[in-house]
Amino acid sequence: MAADPTLPTAASTRNTPEPFPRSRRWQPVFAFWATQYKRTWQGNVVSRFLMPVMFLLAMGLGLGSLVDSSSGGVDGMPYLQYVVPGILAAQSMWVAMGESSYTVLGAIRWQMQYHAMLATPIGVADILIGHIGWVASQIALATGIFLAVGAAFGAWASWWVLLALPLTVLTGLAFTVPVFAFAATQENDAGFSIMFRFVMTPLFLFSGTFFPLDQLPAFLRPIAWVTPLWHGVDGNRDLATGSPDWLHLLGHTAYLLLVVVVTGWLAYKAFRRRLVV
Amino acid sequence: MTSDEPLIHASGLTKRFGDFEAVKAIDFAVQRGEAFGFLGPNGAGKTSTMRMVGCVSPATGGELRLFGLDPATEGPRIRARLGVVPQKDTLDEELTVEENIWVYGRYFGLSKPQVRARATELLEFAQLTERARSKVEPLSGGMKRRLTIARSLVNDPEVLMLDEPTTGLDPQARHVLWDRLFRLKRQGVTLVLTTHYMDEAEQLCDRLVVMDHGEIVAEGSPRDLIREHSTREVLELRFDVDDHAELAGRVDGLGDRVEVLPDRLLIYTDDGDAAGEKVHAAGLEPLSALVRRSTLEDVFLNLTGRTLVD
Ligand SMILES: Nc1ncnc2c1ncn2[C@@H]1O[C@H](COP(=O)(O)OP(=O)(O)OP(=O)(O)O)[C@@H](O)[C@H]1O
Ligand SMILES: [Mg+2]
Repeated sequence: MAADPTLPTAASTRNTPEPFPRSRRWQPVFAFWATQYKRTWQGNVVSRFLMPVMFLLAMGLGLGSLVDSSSGGVDGMPYLQYVVPGILAAQSMWVAMGESSYTVLGAIRWQMQYHAMLATPIGVADILIGHIGWVASQIALATGIFLAVGAAFGAWASWWVLLALPLTVLTGLAFTVPVFAFAATQENDAGFSIMFRFVMTPLFLFSGTFFPLDQLPAFLRPIAWVTPLWHGVDGNRDLATGSPDWLHLLGHTAYLLLVVVVTGWLAYKAFRRRLVV
Repeated sequence: MTSDEPLIHASGLTKRFGDFEAVKAIDFAVQRGEAFGFLGPNGAGKTSTMRMVGCVSPATGGELRLFGLDPATEGPRIRARLGVVPQKDTLDEELTVEENIWVYGRYFGLSKPQVRARATELLEFAQLTERARSKVEPLSGGMKRRLTIARSLVNDPEVLMLDEPTTGLDPQARHVLWDRLFRLKRQGVTLVLTTHYMDEAEQLCDRLVVMDHGEIVAEGSPRDLIREHSTREVLELRFDVDDHAELAGRVDGLGDRVEVLPDRLLIYTDDGDAAGEKVHAAGLEPLSALVRRSTLEDVFLNLTGRTLVD
């Protein structure tokens, strides 16, 4: 056998310090997900660019020129400027759901990274805050790239669109947090494909992303009002087209915050039930 | 707490899952610097106990103290002083060997430079320096286990908790691992481990408890347990029969006690050779007759009527 390495466990280092302050314990969780991301960041960033480029080409220029020439745009604005703020919000929903489903269940069941964390001073709340914070940063990155690409295509009519960044991150969080709660109740990934097919796709199509809600039958509209996506779509559109109605925006923000807080509590309960047994 | 108080103290410690009682009001104490083991078969409640002691699973009943602290209220403070090697590795297989240690060290509040320096020492200790940059996934079982141990030492723990550290490893890998654990023990780290291998328990543990069905059925040093619950020697007899139970009656009384296993008879006696002669004198012709010393396996068999590993 090789050498004889002994471990430095001198009496001076023996007195284990108090664990670092509770308010900072989410940070190493965030750092862990960042370390994982570093392995695949190139591919990730490329796809974050391609997504908006494809949508702007197809919806804005392709479909947009058709809509504009046949009906003179929507609500008096070019279709490009109408539809792109909505897609910006919808993208945050995709990123949110994509980053919060398999990864969360994997950290519980397959790779068990949460269990590794819980054997240390890290607690369930730190895991939630650190991981959700990481997803929020991913949504912010995707949104920032989308904003830049959209600007290059002339999709924004106003500088107010910069405020769409925080609103879009909040919209994404209003999906991330409930999906965390949902994922923590799942035994396998079957529930996720149902979620993508029967929740995400209909929301994408019927939350005012592509056409005004009042085109929908009246009985369907309230469904759009209670789901988070419409609040993001409508708020983004207000900002991007340079006609912000501040009271509306306040309402959207408050509603999205409410969703985050309520489902955050549910997620905490679900995580505890699953991880602390 | 004063220095002669036990480092870990449990009384009436209980764990229930629904109606099922996995750990039934057990009592034990671990002193600083000792190697303490839980020996028991599958389902005995070893992992359930370790998880409570590791402050990741709340006790359903009873009292538990580590360093004089209560896990129910002081979990993070206690866990900061523990190293945990769970039964199932929780390494991140897609990260590299060194990244696994870096990330884990941060969970204890160590800074980036601190974890990097520490990782270098720990990889040296675990003989993984050459693999530092390799992903975890392709590593052998023994290497992963050593990495888990290296990782668990990142916070310089006072107590190292190992749940079946060598299950599934080949003999060579087990010996490497035992060697590392001895070194830690010599350096004053308290070891708490579970195993269902009696040779591991005999090798590593100063003191152990034998668990079965959620209860502690015996406690002591390996040597004391053998003295108390078994004879000095064992005569193992194999016959050319389908069912060894048929012959049990004919060897009765040749030793202190007879155990019947599907494939052999065990005669417990302080003098195995003498018992062997009596077997021949009685006109029995075993295919093989082997005299050996008693082990913890025999202790377990005597206490529970079952073998440890089936
Ligand atoms: N989360 C749980 N829910 C329900 N039952 C459980 C749970 N965890 C363990 N058990 C049951 O408790 C009993 C003790 O399990 P435990 O894992 O503590 O045993 P063990 O001694 O570690 O066994 P092994 O040698 O197989 O690891 C088993 O019957 C097991 O099925
Ligand atoms: Mg176990």
